[in-house]
Amino acid sequence: MCVAMPGRVLSVKDGVARVDFDGNVIEARADLVQVAPDDRVLVHAGLIIQKLSVTEAEEMDAIFAELRKMTEQTDEHR
Amino acid sequence: MNTADLVREIAAYRGRPLTLMEVCGTHTAAISESGIPSLLPPTVRLISGPGCPVCVTVSAYIDRLIELATAEGTCVVSFGDLLRVKGSHGDLRSTEGARVEMVYTPFKALELAENDPDTTFVFAAVGFETTAPIYALLAEQIIARGLKNLKLLTALKTMPAVIRTLCAGDHAIDGFITPGHVATVTGSALFRELAEETGKPFAVAGFTAPSLLAAILALTRSAGKASLFNFYPSAVTEEGNREALDRVNRYFEPCTAAWRGLGAIPHSGLRLRDEYAHLDAGSDALTEDHVPAGCHCGEVIAGRCAPADCPLFGKACTPENPFGACMVSMEGACYHHYINDRR
Repeated sequence: MCVAMPGRVLSVKDGVARVDFDGNVIEARADLVQVAPDDRVLVHAGLIIQKLSVTEAEEMDAIFAELRKMTEQTDEHR
Repeated sequence: MNTADLVREIAAYRGRPLTLMEVCGTHTAAISESGIPSLLPPTVRLISGPGCPVCVTVSAYIDRLIELATAEGTCVVSFGDLLRVKGSHGDLRSTEGARVEMVYTPFKALELAENDPDTTFVFAAVGFETTAPIYALLAEQIIARGLKNLKLLTALKTMPAVIRTLCAGDHAIDGFITPGHVATVTGSALFRELAEETGKPFAVAGFTAPSLLAAILALTRSAGKASLFNFYPSAVTEEGNREALDRVNRYFEPCTAAWRGLGAIPHSGLRLRDEYAHLDAGSDALTEDHVPAGCHCGEVIAGRCAPADCPLFGKACTPENPFGACMVSMEGACYHHYINDRR
């Protein structure tokens, strides 16, 4: 039930955003996050719960950076 | 390092046997659909936790929904999964005379109520920290629009107290894949506190295979150590969505909640504050839980029993004819063990 999908904001009017999910456009409330056209956002059951800060490619880099940090910390404690 | 490296490194684990829990139902679905369990070495066991809101809902709540749906002039509005969950005597979908509207978003209930002022609509407000802000906004809109015919029946739950309960249980869990969308709202700091308190590692994960595999690798390397990792940095920040948390706090307060399989857990739920009691459709004291004879959903939710060890699994209980909630929900452990042949 905690499913949330990433989409791209097309427009915002009166606290409601039109969000594009690869061609499917739905309306989502934007009461809790300040958004603007072209923002990438996470939508859960009709509500934008977060603005996505990085792209998918950047996220992969961040995941592996977090793992490298863990490995370095583990090595330091050996 | 790439995804194949992650798989190789996890498979190379040679430490003591570990039990890791994915708490979130959406993680259960993502892990099962991606086949991750088949990539793990025999020493790493991945079990599903109590993070599917439909699965942990007790029968008294379903009974109350059925009572409301069959009352004159009342209509229950709900997400789809809840309709097939059995109460003491049946489910919403097959109850004769039950008036139910299925929606994608709770905000649709506002339109329903405005368009039919002679009917009282009751939203079946189940969910975790991810969904609670939506119900806070729904309450706000009900008040702002002056709607007298839309109420909430709440069974809202929160993660910290149930995770503490799992850690205090007699079955050892060595690490937690932390719910990504709960953490999007609450912030990862909440789970850092839990890691320090329980002495266990927590890894926030997104819903892609690389993110989940990174979380599993981090947990295998950190077993026995209080630590927090964030493998969903695009959505999860340390502080979370403060606006959402403030809005939830305005309308709801912590309460004892009844969980299938785990009983009543203090401070593990949310109820409407007393000043908003007029929006409530009778949510308090819905604690009784009758599970169908032979159903092991409670044990599955608590991590004490694998789905395949339930005597009904795959025989009397299938997705087409589910006995227990874990086979009904598309986030349920039994559903995914059956559909994806998860082991």
